[in-house]
Amino acid sequence: MSLQLTTTVCGLLLLAGIVELLRRRQLREKYGVLWIGVGLVIIPLSVFPHAVDRVASFFGMASGVSLVLFAAIVFLLVVCLHLSWEVSRLEEKTRTLAEEIALIRMKVDQNTGSDVDQR
Amino acid sequence: MIPALNEAGAITGVIAEIRAELPGVDVLVVDDGSTDSTAREAGKAGALVASLPYNLGVGGARRLGYRYGLDGDYDVVVQLDADGQHDPKFVPQMIDALDEGDVVIGARFAGVGEYRVRGPRSWAMSFLSTVLSAVARTRLTDTTSGYRATNRRGTALYAQFFPVEYLGDTVETIVQAVRHDLTVRQVPVAMRPRVAGTPSHSPIRATIYLGRAFSVLVLALIRR
Repeated sequence: MSLQLTTTVCGLLLLAGIVELLRRRQLREKYGVLWIGVGLVIIPLSVFPHAVDRVASFFGMASGVSLVLFAAIVFLLVVCLHLSWEVSRLEEKTRTLAEEIALIRMKVDQNTGSDVDQR
Repeated sequence: MIPALNEAGAITGVIAEIRAELPGVDVLVVDDGSTDSTAREAGKAGALVASLPYNLGVGGARRLGYRYGLDGDYDVVVQLDADGQHDPKFVPQMIDALDEGDVVIGARFAGVGEYRVRGPRSWAMSFLSTVLSAVARTRLTDTTSGYRATNRRGTALYAQFFPVEYLGDTVETIVQAVRHDLTVRQVPVAMRPRVAGTPSHSPIRATIYLGRAFSVLVLALIRR
């Protein structure tokens, strides 16, 4: 009983956190949908941790909890990889912006400089 | 084109030497987010100055230089270091070599000058030279040299592609040039000791360098 209580409370808190972040527009929709989905999977699982026991035995695992643990680790690894990829893309974008700014600033300086000379 | 990070002490001399040796060329200093007066000193010395809003790393500064070269429709872009180790008197020879190649590397260890490196660092360098010589189908003795000249084709490639990662800016750029059907050539140059700073000779550092060189090279070869 205590396991069920712990997992249920954790699941509900997670879902509440996700909804709140979405409500404050701190999460882009593409991530929001993903995390809502995760929350909807987690809630029933947290109430009935043994619901996936049969699926687990199909994959050769003794208990549904092990399957959930395994799936969670794989999922988190994929999310980490995705975030690394996203950060790499963002770095490339900010780098291009920085270069663009330096070029524009140089042109602006040259223009204002020549104005001063003409006066 | 000179990428510079906190080189206020050396930059004036470098620019003056280029202007004396090569009258009539445009000198662009790319200030890579320096916290000292590098940009001001460079401007006073008569160079064009592009200041990056924050530090990008030498590869970022160089790509900006090539973008400027592409936008300004320059025939030749020469990149050299701000610390004074690259002698501008070799630039005419490098430009002559652009007749046969699109990217010309000013190389140490090619018979001119007496710059020597020993230990694991030298193994790393000779390993890189061997592999990259095979890739580029020409003899390259100094693949990590930052002293280079490009024609329009080379400039166009590097304006679009120039990695910021350590060693990517030297090793991977050679691989990419070959991938894009550009010809890489080298010209022997003498390099002077650095005006400031000390090159590392610790064996641990050199081993790390070897490892990084290897991983950069493998990545460069398998990347699209």
